[in-house]
Amino acid sequence: MHELSIALSIVELANEEAAQRGVHVNAVHLRIGRLSGVAKDALLSSYDLAAAGTPLEGSRLMIEEIPITAWCSKCDAERTVDASEWFTCPECRSPVSQILAGRELEVFALEVDE
Amino acid sequence: MTPRLMEVRKNVLKQNDVLARGLRDEFRAKNVAVVSLVSSPGSGKTAFLEKTLTLLQPRYRVAALVGDLATENDAARLARSRAPVKQIVTGTVCHLDAMMVRAALDNWLPAPLDFLFIENVGNLVCPSSFDLGEDLRLVLLSVTEGEDKPLKYPTIFNTADIAVITKMDLAEAVEFDAELCHRNIQSVRPGMRILPVSSKTGAGMDVWLDLLTDLREHKLHAADAR
Repeated sequence: MHELSIALSIVELANEEAAQRGVHVNAVHLRIGRLSGVAKDALLSSYDLAAAGTPLEGSRLMIEEIPITAWCSKCDAERTVDASEWFTCPECRSPVSQILAGRELEVFALEVDE
Repeated sequence: MTPRLMEVRKNVLKQNDVLARGLRDEFRAKNVAVVSLVSSPGSGKTAFLEKTLTLLQPRYRVAALVGDLATENDAARLARSRAPVKQIVTGTVCHLDAMMVRAALDNWLPAPLDFLFIENVGNLVCPSSFDLGEDLRLVLLSVTEGEDKPLKYPTIFNTADIAVITKMDLAEAVEFDAELCHRNIQSVRPGMRILPVSSKTGAGMDVWLDLLTDLREHKLHAADAR
């Protein structure tokens, strides 16, 4: 359960960005890869706690999950792989050589009042 | 008022990554080879580290940082090796991060050093996200844990450089299937180096020490080349 410390980092980053831009944030849009090691539900429940008492209090956390894509050198193609079997090409069943996406953990955007 | 989206695109762990990069630069400048250890609780990290510290000390200057939620028991155990050891008590935090390593090293790093070891909190999930500035990350797996552990916790195996299989002296008693375990490790991390060891009997420790010596030589070489 390291989601609370991740949530604190998200709140800190978003507050910094909001202060720099002089905006009020309604929602933080986050992208998490399925290999990021972060659980969506645990993060959502930690967020309110992390935001409490900061300018982000009352804002929402919107999470977009990024699927895992890998490079299969045997097929010579990019493949979307399953989280429970992310090291195997779903087409040819050989081990994939490189993970291309799925490790993301980024604040993608802030939803602000115009 | 209409809501508007402002793009940010910043890594949440950026702060950790920046700190880790700073640590790595500092370790490089001081010619310290840094090795971190992760595993589930009870895999034998501390026993393995105690043995490693003891075996390295005649030739090298070594030190260790050790993370746990509570107690200084591990630091006390490791201190038997007579190497400088510092405990990081994390409270409720399930992993070490670069800031904890930074804070522990301030006012402590016994200089000069050849090797620094960082024993992470016993946990196969959370430590995988945090770079600590290490040169080499070991994941330990004991023969009593089941051969399918790499399949259950692929992320940590995938972020580590070497898999150490511990408690090999118990392999026969628990009918450990080495071939299956190796195959499982290879399937989550193709090409990963695997070291079977017993901290109790010392089996396999010679290979491990050679590997550490190589790491150190490599690091000194890189420093000379600069």
